[in-house]
Amino acid sequence: MSGDLLEVRNLWRRFDVSKPWLNRVIERDERQWLTAVSDVSFSIRRGETFALVGESGSGKSTIAKMIVGLIAPSDGHIVFDGADLATVPHAQMRKLRRRFQMIFQDPFASLNPRWRVADIIAEPIRTFGLASGAEVGNRVARLLDTVGLSASDSDKFPHEFSGGQRQRIAIARALSSNPDFIVCDEPTSALDVSVQAQILNLMRDLQDEFGLTYLFISHDLSVVRHMANRIGVLYLGGLVEVANGKELFRAPQHPYTHMLLDAVPDLALSGRRRTPVSGEIPNPIDPPPGCPFHPRCPKMRDICRQEKPALETRKSTGQVACYFPD
Amino acid sequence: MADPLLSVRDLVVEFPTRRGILKAIDQISFDIAPGEVLGVVGESGAGKSLTGAAIIGLLEPPGRIAGGEIWLRGQRIDNLPREAMRRMRGKRIGMVFQDPLTSLNPLYTVSRQLSETIVTHLDVSQAEARKRAIALLDRVGIPAAARRIDDYPHHFSGGMRQRVVIALALAAEPELVIADEPTTALDVSVQAQIIELIKEICAERGSSVMLITHDMGVIAETADRVAVLYAGRLAEIGPVREVITRAQHPYTKGLMGSIPTLAHDEDRLVQIPGSMPRLNAIPPGCAFNPRCPEVFDRCVRERPELLDTSPGRQVACWLYDEQGAGS
Repeated sequence: MSGDLLEVRNLWRRFDVSKPWLNRVIERDERQWLTAVSDVSFSIRRGETFALVGESGSGKSTIAKMIVGLIAPSDGHIVFDGADLATVPHAQMRKLRRRFQMIFQDPFASLNPRWRVADIIAEPIRTFGLASGAEVGNRVARLLDTVGLSASDSDKFPHEFSGGQRQRIAIARALSSNPDFIVCDEPTSALDVSVQAQILNLMRDLQDEFGLTYLFISHDLSVVRHMANRIGVLYLGGLVEVANGKELFRAPQHPYTHMLLDAVPDLALSGRRRTPVSGEIPNPIDPPPGCPFHPRCPKMRDICRQEKPALETRKSTGQVACYFPD
Repeated sequence: MADPLLSVRDLVVEFPTRRGILKAIDQISFDIAPGEVLGVVGESGAGKSLTGAAIIGLLEPPGRIAGGEIWLRGQRIDNLPREAMRRMRGKRIGMVFQDPLTSLNPLYTVSRQLSETIVTHLDVSQAEARKRAIALLDRVGIPAAARRIDDYPHHFSGGMRQRVVIALALAAEPELVIADEPTTALDVSVQAQIIELIKEICAERGSSVMLITHDMGVIAETADRVAVLYAGRLAEIGPVREVITRAQHPYTKGLMGSIPTLAHDEDRLVQIPGSMPRLNAIPPGCAFNPRCPEVFDRCVRERPELLDTSPGRQVACWLYDEQGAGS
C-alpha cells in the first residue's frame, strides 16, 4: 500500500431536481438532473493537507459529504486506507468510521444547543466505546485543554461561547475519537479574521501533534495557500487543476485558476492591473458542452466547445484539464 | 480637509435593554471628502453597520442616536424629522446592502423598482425614467438591459442582482453611497467585478463612498482612507496604504498580521489572544487593553483620545501620546 490515506476515484453525484411527477405529466417536462460532482479523482497522502477550492456550486461540500458518508455517491469509489467504503462489511465500516471526522462551517448550527459541552465531546468517545466511567471525563478535560479551552467549560452550553470558541468545541469533538483524517468544510469562513488566525494556527498545531490528515475545503484562496500542501481546483463539479500548494500560486496552469487568483483582493497593494473577469458560473443543470469553462475562457478555441479535456499529468507534480495550459 | 461632504462628530448609539444601556457606538468621529472612498473595517460587533445605519437614519429601534452630530454638506441630518429624512434617503445618500435579495422587492419588476425611485427623487416623466433606468442597467453591466429590465429579481443571478441594487442606489445620483458589505455574499470572481464597478461609477459621478466590510483585501484595493473600528470605538484612521503597511494601533497591527495573504509565506499567523469584548463588558480605559501586547497602566485607567500622529492620520492609543506613559 502506498502513502495514500484516502483515494477518490471517478466520483459522481447527480441530484434529481425534476418537478413533481404530476407536473411533469401535465407540462410534458423531462426529468432534470443536476450534476454536482462529475468524474472527480484525487488522492490524499498520510499527514498532508489537501485542499479543494472553488466558488459556490462547484461541488466542494458535496464531495466532503460523500467522503464522510452523509450522502451516497451516484457512481465511483472512495477508498479509505485500502478499504472501499461502498463495499466494506458493516462491522468494519463501524471501525473505519471512528477514524474520520468532520468539522463544519457554522459552529452555531453544528453543536446541539441543548447539550452541555462535556456531552457533545463525549458522545463519540461513548459511541465508539473508547473509554468508560471517570475516564470519559478525564478525556474531555484533556481535549478541552488541547483546543485551548479550560476543563471548567465542560458544564456550559454552546450558547455561552463565542463563534471561535464554539469552533474549538467542534474541533475537540472531532478529535475525541482519535481520528486519522478530518474533513474540514469551510472551518473558518463564519469567523472574524483575528479568530480565524487562532483556529488556523490551532489546526496546524494539532496536525503536527497527532499526525492528522486534512481535507480542507474553502473558497478563500489565501487561507488555502496558508494551510494546504496540495490543492485541487474545482469548477462546475469537476477538477480543473491539481498542484502542489506553492506551485499553484506561482505558476497556475488552468485559465480558471489564473482568473481566480487575479480576482482575489490582496493586502499586498501591488497596484497590479487585474484582468477583468467576465461572466459567471453557468447553470449546473444545463452545463455548456465541452470544457465547462469555455464560455468564460480567454483562450477558447473550437476544440474546447466540442470535447471536455481530461485531467492529465503535466510536469512532475501537477495535473490540469485544459487543451492549452500555460 | 477643507470642506467635507459628510462629517460625523462624537456619534454615540445606544441600545436600552433591561439590564442597562449598551453603548454600541461610543464617540466615533470622522469625515468623508467629496469623491473619496472611505473604508470602514472591523470585526463583527465592532459597530460598522450601525455607523452606516445611523448616518442614513435606519437604526432599528430601540437603538437610538444618544449623542453627537452628523452633517451632510453643512446640513445637520441626525435630527431631521422622519419625512425629511425619508426624502433625503435615496436622493442624497444611496445604500447598497449585503444581500441583494433583501433589498429588492421580489414582487415588482426591476423596471418598476428603478422607475419608482427615479420618479420619486427626480423631476422626470415615467417614459424618461424608464429610459434612464435602462441606461443605468446598461452602465452597471447588465447585458441586454432593454429586455431584462422587465424581469423580476429572481430571474437574475447573485452578481447580477447586486448590479441591479447598485443601479438602484445610484438612480437618484446621490452624493454619498453607503455600501454595507456589498460583496460578502458573492463569489470571488464576481466580487472583483462588483468592487471595480462601485469604484468606477462613483468616480465617474463624483459620489463619495463609505465602504463597510470586514475584508481588508477589499479595502486595500478600493478605499482611499480606512477607519478601523473596535468595540464601537474608532481605533485608527488614515490613508489606506499607510494603515496597511505601517499600522500604529496594536489592534490594527494584530489584525493585519492575522490575515493570510497570497504574497508572503508565513509559518504561523499572528494571533490576537481572546476576542472582542461584549458590549456589556467593555473594560475601563482602552477597550483593547486586555488583549494588547503593549498595554501599560495608563491604558487601564484612562480611555485614549484620538491623537493626531501625522497629517491625516489619527490613532486612539496612549503609545502615541507625547506626554508618554508617565502622565
